[in-house]
Amino acid sequence: MTLQHIERTAGIARHEGGNSFTTEALRLLHRTSARILSRYGVLLGFLALWQVAASSGWVNAAVLPPIDAIVSALWKGLAGGTLLGDIAISLQRAGLAFAAAVIVAIPLGLVMGQARAVEAALDPILQLFRQTSALALYPVFILLLGLGEASKVFVIFWATLFPLLLNTISGVKEVDPKLLEMARVYGAGQLTIFRRVVLPGAVPSIFVGLRLGATTALLLLIASEMIGANKGIGFQVMNAQYNFQIPLMFAAIVILAALGLIANQALLLLQRRLCRWSNPAA
Amino acid sequence: MARPSGGEVTICDLSKSFSLGGRKLPVLRSLNLDIRSGECLVIVGASGSGKTTLLRILAGLERADGGGVAIDGRGVEGVGEERAVIFQEPRLLPWLTVLGNVAFGLEVRGVTKRQAEERARFYIALVGLAEFTDAYPRQLSGGMAQRVGIARALTVQPEILLLDEPLGALDAMTKISMQEELARIWSEENVTMVMVTHDLEEAIYLADRVLILPKEKGGAARLIDVDLPRPRDRSESRFVRHREELLREFGLH
Repeated sequence: MTLQHIERTAGIARHEGGNSFTTEALRLLHRTSARILSRYGVLLGFLALWQVAASSGWVNAAVLPPIDAIVSALWKGLAGGTLLGDIAISLQRAGLAFAAAVIVAIPLGLVMGQARAVEAALDPILQLFRQTSALALYPVFILLLGLGEASKVFVIFWATLFPLLLNTISGVKEVDPKLLEMARVYGAGQLTIFRRVVLPGAVPSIFVGLRLGATTALLLLIASEMIGANKGIGFQVMNAQYNFQIPLMFAAIVILAALGLIANQALLLLQRRLCRWSNPAA
Repeated sequence: MARPSGGEVTICDLSKSFSLGGRKLPVLRSLNLDIRSGECLVIVGASGSGKTTLLRILAGLERADGGGVAIDGRGVEGVGEERAVIFQEPRLLPWLTVLGNVAFGLEVRGVTKRQAEERARFYIALVGLAEFTDAYPRQLSGGMAQRVGIARALTVQPEILLLDEPLGALDAMTKISMQEELARIWSEENVTMVMVTHDLEEAIYLADRVLILPKEKGGAARLIDVDLPRPRDRSESRFVRHREELLREFGLH
């Protein structure tokens, strides 16, 4: 955004000479800073309040350390490599589970959305599973799969499956029947209709599922790493708290937040590329 | 573009009824009609008279209970390549550009993408949308979207064009210019046109013959010849007389 503005200012300066450059640049600077302030003002205010409250002793700095202490703990953890290992193992768990959920849920959802009979047969059990908290089932998975990687990946997979599956199904079912009829009039067979009308029509809804799924995967990742893990960001949050390394605990939390934001942004970007025809809901 | 002439429709003893809450509701009762090759037949009738049902049977989207339809002597079973349908809504695929939408019908029929797009461009220009070839449906107005739907139907070069209230959702001004457009396309494309409308002026503006479907039980379908020179002038006295005649058929004059 800023870069664009600088370029545009430079262009204007070349056209109109140096005199208007300063006024134009000032106006743009003003407008840009106003936009940044209106978008991120509250967030910056929150961080500033935190910093002041912690460093001036309004709150106990041992419980809520100042921002700079958190940043330096974060930097030490990343540069020293201790947090990198946690990030790697966490990404591996969440990534594996998310990929497996995508591979299972999207094809299954596409079939279920099209075949009434399959959907009717599977719906009751799906509703039962969906309404049962994955966390409540985690002990069951531990019993079945042991306390190692398998149960962790599986509980994340399990919880991620449902938002993906349900959004894929509804995406397929909500494709306008009038469009299907239109395709039929031109002689399209079942496969062509699926490939050219149903699938592209369901993509926006599938993306809603992917983004919800990514959020769920991170949530379950942390929960599963808090129980019986000795590595991972979720483990680090708990472990740092036990050891009263509060800045490190917050550093791990910051990493989690960053992972969530990155995953969401990456999916949004992909959605914008694939669905240029619609205005994707931000 | 040249096309094989044909598109003669024979409707023989056609009947259709729907069941509504256990009751049988007849909408078409032993209808007989010959639609001539290359003519423009407009179907009017009160709502519930079965005009859309008749069109959907011609399109192959619905089955008749009795009797049948033949096109150039062959009985109609389902949809067919010699027919194309223009619906009241444009029914465009929102993820395809204007070009993609217009080429869609041909691509579905197995024509290569390049050939389909080449012919699509011709018909996009014909409906006056050349500048919008790469636009997406959401960027189009209602009238423009409907033009895309018309171009898509023309691109498959049907012998018979079936139109189900194609201008029903447009505002009055757009509607009149689109009626002129349809009249021009029909004369240029040498296609049999069967169109359903509830707009009597539209019917007289476009039709060689108007088919009036009866609403009440036992009523008979009526055919009215509109032998006015083209392009037609809505304010001309013979045009106005035809309109009054139609209004009388509906007991409104």
